[in-house]
Amino acid sequence: MSNPKLNTDLNPKLVKLTDVFKTFNAGTVNEVRPMQGVNLTITEGSFVIVLGGNGSGKSTLLNAIAGSFPIDTGIIELDGQDVTQWPEHKRATLIGRVFQNPFSGTAPSMSILDNFSLAAKRGKFRGLSWAHSSNLQDELKDRVSELKMGLENRMDTAIGSLSGGQRQALTLLMATWLKPKLLLLDEHTAALDPKSADQVIALTDQIIAKEKLTTLMVTHSMQQAINLGDRIIMMHKGNVLHDVNANEKQRLRVDDLLSRFENVRRRELLDESVADLLRLRYI
Amino acid sequence: MTLLIGALTLGIILSLLALGVYISYRIFDIADISVDGSITFGAAVCSVLLVQNGVHPLWATLAGFLAGAIAGTVSGILQTHFKINPLLSGILVMTGLYSVNLHVMGRSNIPFLGTVTLSTYCEKLGNLVFGSNETLLLGWTVSTTDLMTLILMFLLVSSISLVLWLFFHTDLGTAMRASGDNPQMIRALGGNVEYYKIFGLALSNGLVGLAGALWAQYQNFADVQMGIGMVVWGLASVIIGEALAGTASVGTAIIGTIIGSILFRQLVAIALSFGLNPNDLKLITALFVFAALILPNMLSKLSVGKRKEVL
Repeated sequence: MSNPKLNTDLNPKLVKLTDVFKTFNAGTVNEVRPMQGVNLTITEGSFVIVLGGNGSGKSTLLNAIAGSFPIDTGIIELDGQDVTQWPEHKRATLIGRVFQNPFSGTAPSMSILDNFSLAAKRGKFRGLSWAHSSNLQDELKDRVSELKMGLENRMDTAIGSLSGGQRQALTLLMATWLKPKLLLLDEHTAALDPKSADQVIALTDQIIAKEKLTTLMVTHSMQQAINLGDRIIMMHKGNVLHDVNANEKQRLRVDDLLSRFENVRRRELLDESVADLLRLRYI
Repeated sequence: MTLLIGALTLGIILSLLALGVYISYRIFDIADISVDGSITFGAAVCSVLLVQNGVHPLWATLAGFLAGAIAGTVSGILQTHFKINPLLSGILVMTGLYSVNLHVMGRSNIPFLGTVTLSTYCEKLGNLVFGSNETLLLGWTVSTTDLMTLILMFLLVSSISLVLWLFFHTDLGTAMRASGDNPQMIRALGGNVEYYKIFGLALSNGLVGLAGALWAQYQNFADVQMGIGMVVWGLASVIIGEALAGTASVGTAIIGTIIGSILFRQLVAIALSFGLNPNDLKLITALFVFAALILPNMLSKLSVGKRKEVL
């Protein structure tokens, strides 16, 4: 097995999380602890798949990096800068995002052209220049026709009237319109029908390869985890449980992943039954 | 005819209020009640500058816009920095402004007797253009002052609408529209939603303050009570406008809102001339907006079965 540290030394670290803790609703019955001292480094140009069960903290990991909420303790560094205190909109200068919900990534009542004029200014100053510049319109038409979804002549259509698959494809295009330092994909095909999901995944792979984007992609699909990316991290109870690097990943099969999950689950069951036993005995 | 022109002029002046309400209610999805206070604030500041300081009416009118914009900024800061519920921050600003307005005006009513206002200029210009105090319009004798006021207000509102339309198609304006439509998305694209909201409410209440300044000069007095219920008035105009012109684009919405305001004022004038008790006016306006708010829901409930089949 190769030494994973070798990679990190050759390529600059783009993302670095140090001892990140986050608790929601602390001190209430709804207390959730999705981040329990997460340490993670991602080198520039790598495509990392994040796996994990419900409530394992994988979406929280993405949201913490994007700055959707302040973390309790720890340090988040992006592109060599400490961004822990940066608000979400400032981090957007470095980050492109696609959400799980197709409704989250686009402004539904605004046209395709409007939406892309917003994406074309991601993280930049928005002044009083005309949003629908002719340069943008021409480039947009080219790029959208590459999607082969027949949207190139519907630039004035409200994006809310499109299907989930079309919206996710457009959101992906928007998130990468200006090349982001980091692309965050949060189960962006989970809400789609299988055919649309395949289309969006193919597009994802194509864009990431072409632009050589550093990517963090959360997924539920083992098949996607096997087919895509060059590293897998498995989250469990707010921590990184397994970290599978490129060489190891090439030999990895769906069954291997499933068995690893099964191990976790078995351990989990044991934990809980032991806890119950203790509770019965002492309470 | 005089009545018609009067209602038309007031409808056009108050369409600035309606445009302000359109920005807060439709673009940012906020029912901003500060409007009730900021329309009076605009009128109050304008009237004090005119009557007591003898400031040129144009500057006094502009000051009305700025006064409203300040009120809107306060409302926006309450909502964003202090995370106060939009409805509540509107109530706070409106209530606070009542005292502020009384202090600014020094009393509850300021008449403009013998003061140089924009109406004075309209009178002069009317005489100059038409050559007399009265002229014939479609066989009716009308005052040239009234006619000139109508023409100038129409030109003013048209140019403000054009500027608004242009603004909402700039990078900044587009981002503001998006922050009302999907704040999560525009944050992910680097937009500062809080800043847009403050700016939008300042713009919205600025237009409302401008409407107050023009309204006071048109009716020749400012009154501390003149703002009561005006947000509902603005909502009624916006809703009528949407029913007539639709919501397909910012352009149609702006035009619809202006037409809505004019039409609503005409309806009120007609109802009053047929003997409607003016005391009932606010109640009827409120009932109208109530009906307009629940009807779309009731209609869609009726057709929900159909839509499910389509999906």
